[in-house]
Amino acid sequence: MHELSIVASVVDSVTESLAAYPGARVKEVRLRVGVLASVIEDSLHFCYGIAIEGTRLEGSKLVIQILPVIARCDHCNADVELAGLQSFRCPRCGEPVNDLRQGRELDIDSIEIEDAEETVTP
Amino acid sequence: MTTRIVELRQGILKKNDELARGLRAQFQTAGVLVLNLVSSPGTGKTAFLERTLRDLRTGGARVAALVGDLETDNDARRLAASGAPVRQINTHGICHLEAEMVTKHLDGWKLADLDYLFIENVGNLVCPSSYDLGEKIRVALLSVTEGEDKPLKYPTLFNSADAAVITKIDLAEPCGFDRDTALQNIREIRPNIRIFETSAKTGAGMEDWLAYLSAERAVRNA
Repeated sequence: MHELSIVASVVDSVTESLAAYPGARVKEVRLRVGVLASVIEDSLHFCYGIAIEGTRLEGSKLVIQILPVIARCDHCNADVELAGLQSFRCPRCGEPVNDLRQGRELDIDSIEIEDAEETVTP
Repeated sequence: MTTRIVELRQGILKKNDELARGLRAQFQTAGVLVLNLVSSPGTGKTAFLERTLRDLRTGGARVAALVGDLETDNDARRLAASGAPVRQINTHGICHLEAEMVTKHLDGWKLADLDYLFIENVGNLVCPSSYDLGEKIRVALLSVTEGEDKPLKYPTLFNSADAAVITKIDLAEPCGFDRDTALQNIREIRPNIRIFETSAKTGAGMEDWLAYLSAERAVRNA
């Protein structure tokens, strides 16, 4: 439900970063989104198309990397990946896991930009 | 023409997170225990909070509340009847509270004069889980009328909670509420969570809840 405001924040942050690259064209914006981040991938894409209109991000592609939950299992003394969100237990030993190491991310990872062509004087 | 990657590596909600961190530090310095109450619409957050505010005040604690809704100040008026200072936050369509709204609505309140501050979030089990409000304790509420599988349906919120409160337990029997399954589902999503079974109407479970609040506050100020 709040994907539009999330995407609007992405557009703002990327626009701010672009100040250092005058004239550059944005090709891709790459996000890292944990499965516990409470956002829907399709909605992000849908909202992105609307939010970039008339900005320096117009024409760019949104790439979303979805991250599974990784939790610390004290019993196995290892970081383990959970298969889904229906059970917060170690897939190896079945013990409950509380200490999450990954899964809540809602980050801008990087952007791919194309620098402006150098002005060639005839 | 050269193409290159620029690493940004920043949180999308960076602004909210920074504000929330600031609030958390402020709350800690003031010695006020802050709780963020989250549930679906209709779970009974306001009734539970009314009872909590009243009982805490009877015990001599200094309490205040912020209450979020899309529109109306009905909840603030209900809660203010407890005698505690209460402010309504109207989000006008936004489905969750953000740290900035909390900051604005605290203006003029002296936090050091408070023991507890409750923030009742907008009724929604999805979006509030992404927004840190600077609270120390996030409370997920679930009523006996909602179905025991709610924690499984909304794992992102329940997994982010520090305590779970089951409300309306006076209605458990007529609703055919399966207590064991509900408790098991909550713990499947959030192992080790503290669970309170309460009724704002009869006062059942309130003693445990108040003891928990008092113990948590003591830890903060130790």
